[in-house]
Amino acid sequence: MKRTVEDRFGFVRLRGELSGVKRAASGHLYCALKDENAVLDGVMWRGNAQRLSFLPEDGIEVVASGKLTTYPGRSKYQIVIDQMEIAGEGALLALLEKTRQRLAAEGLFDESRKRALPFLPRVIGVVTSPTGAVIRDILHRLADRFPSHVLVWPVLVQGQGAAEQVAAAVRGFGAIQEHGPVPRPDLLIVARGGGSIEDLWSFNEEAVVRAVATSPIPVISAVGHETDTTLCDFAADRRAPTPTAAAEMAVPVRAELGATLADFRARQQRAILRPVQLGRERLEARVQRLPAPQALLQPQAQRLDELHQRLRRGLSDRAARGRELLAKQRLSPAALERAARDARASLARARLAPALLTGRAKAERDRFDALGRLLASLDPTAPLARGFALVRDEHGTLVRSSAAAAKAARLALQFADGTLETAPAGSAPVKPAPAKVARKPSPPPARQDDLFG
Amino acid sequence: MLARMAEGSTDISGLSFEDALRALEDVVRKLESGEVPLDQSIDLYERGEALRKHCQARLDAAQARIEKIVTGAVGEARGTAPFDTDG
Repeated sequence: MKRTVEDRFGFVRLRGELSGVKRAASGHLYCALKDENAVLDGVMWRGNAQRLSFLPEDGIEVVASGKLTTYPGRSKYQIVIDQMEIAGEGALLALLEKTRQRLAAEGLFDESRKRALPFLPRVIGVVTSPTGAVIRDILHRLADRFPSHVLVWPVLVQGQGAAEQVAAAVRGFGAIQEHGPVPRPDLLIVARGGGSIEDLWSFNEEAVVRAVATSPIPVISAVGHETDTTLCDFAADRRAPTPTAAAEMAVPVRAELGATLADFRARQQRAILRPVQLGRERLEARVQRLPAPQALLQPQAQRLDELHQRLRRGLSDRAARGRELLAKQRLSPAALERAARDARASLARARLAPALLTGRAKAERDRFDALGRLLASLDPTAPLARGFALVRDEHGTLVRSSAAAAKAARLALQFADGTLETAPAGSAPVKPAPAKVARKPSPPPARQDDLFG
Repeated sequence: MLARMAEGSTDISGLSFEDALRALEDVVRKLESGEVPLDQSIDLYERGEALRKHCQARLDAAQARIEKIVTGAVGEARGTAPFDTDG
């Protein structure tokens, strides 16, 4: 029976929806293919299962080819699947969405995983087909913008094995060591031209998505046209709508950079010169505000001059005033002479006339002479010479009468040639009179000295 | 200052174009702001010149060099070969 079945259905091709998909630990894949009316168990041995270009899941519509056989242990027949492909675009899209959700759940598409592209990559690794427009577009645009060192990793971009090659190339670039024989790129471009969803399917496969997502080198994904989106695009750090756009993302425009550099250079030079210029101007402004040395001294100099002038003027004034004063006060000989003259004149006026004196003196002398003669005529002793005597008592008193003489104890008789002491007769004997009684009595009162004697 | 300059130049040669360009832009901004003392601005200017030369050298050295990866037995990149775009 087994032989009959196997012989009769040596190769079959079935279309159906997968259900009960189960991958055994051995690597074999067990599933069931079903349509509206029927169900057929299927098995895919490990070798073939590993080559599957998609992850079989329940609900995916597939076209499976293989041969029918029986499984005697369970009394079942089943298909041994050699190849299995997703059937139809709708099915593919459904699978794509499922895969996307699953990988997204793993975080492979997270924005936080996205890395910034290097501003100016030294080496760009391109994973694409070595033939065709894609690589030419990329190289052309790179050359336009910024001639770069490009390493092309040739891969199949479609069909059986393409996904594996792309994934291997991405990993291979990542595995290049720094300073090895092959320069390590610092940017990868995974590129493919436009095509149907089936054509682009390799870039939706998990191997490619994982390789891109885990690439140590930032990746630009440029798969298909703008409207085509593959999971590879989700996993990449940047998505480019076209290969040309990928080249534009990869490098800046060299001419613009040159212009930027030139601009920086000009600005830098302006900036470095400006403070110098500014400093020079500010210095200049201050220098101009700085007073001139002579101006600085001017007030003092002026003051000095002024004082000097005043000093000189003061001195000369003072001298002049002095001179003037002196001139005013000078003893003029004429004045002196005049004064002397005046004095002499007044002296002359005031002089005593000798005649006055002599005249008066003569008159006086004459008067004196007359008086002298008178005096001489009146001298009481003069009569003595003629025989008269002056009698005085013991007291010297003139005795003018005999009575008085009789009473006197003693009498003194003055003669012209001397005095004789005697006692009156009737009285006690007279003591001998002193020899000399002729003491001159007081001068005669009429007599007076000569005024001019 | 010499040590600083030397340090500056060595550290410039290790800079990527982008970092050097950014550094240059910083230098220019600082110089333009006029906040840098004059003496320092000279040093800064010299560093700016070094950065600019470094960037210019990177630009001048840029030339298209297209190679193709030659893979080894296990698919590793073993070497490169000229890439013929017409190939």
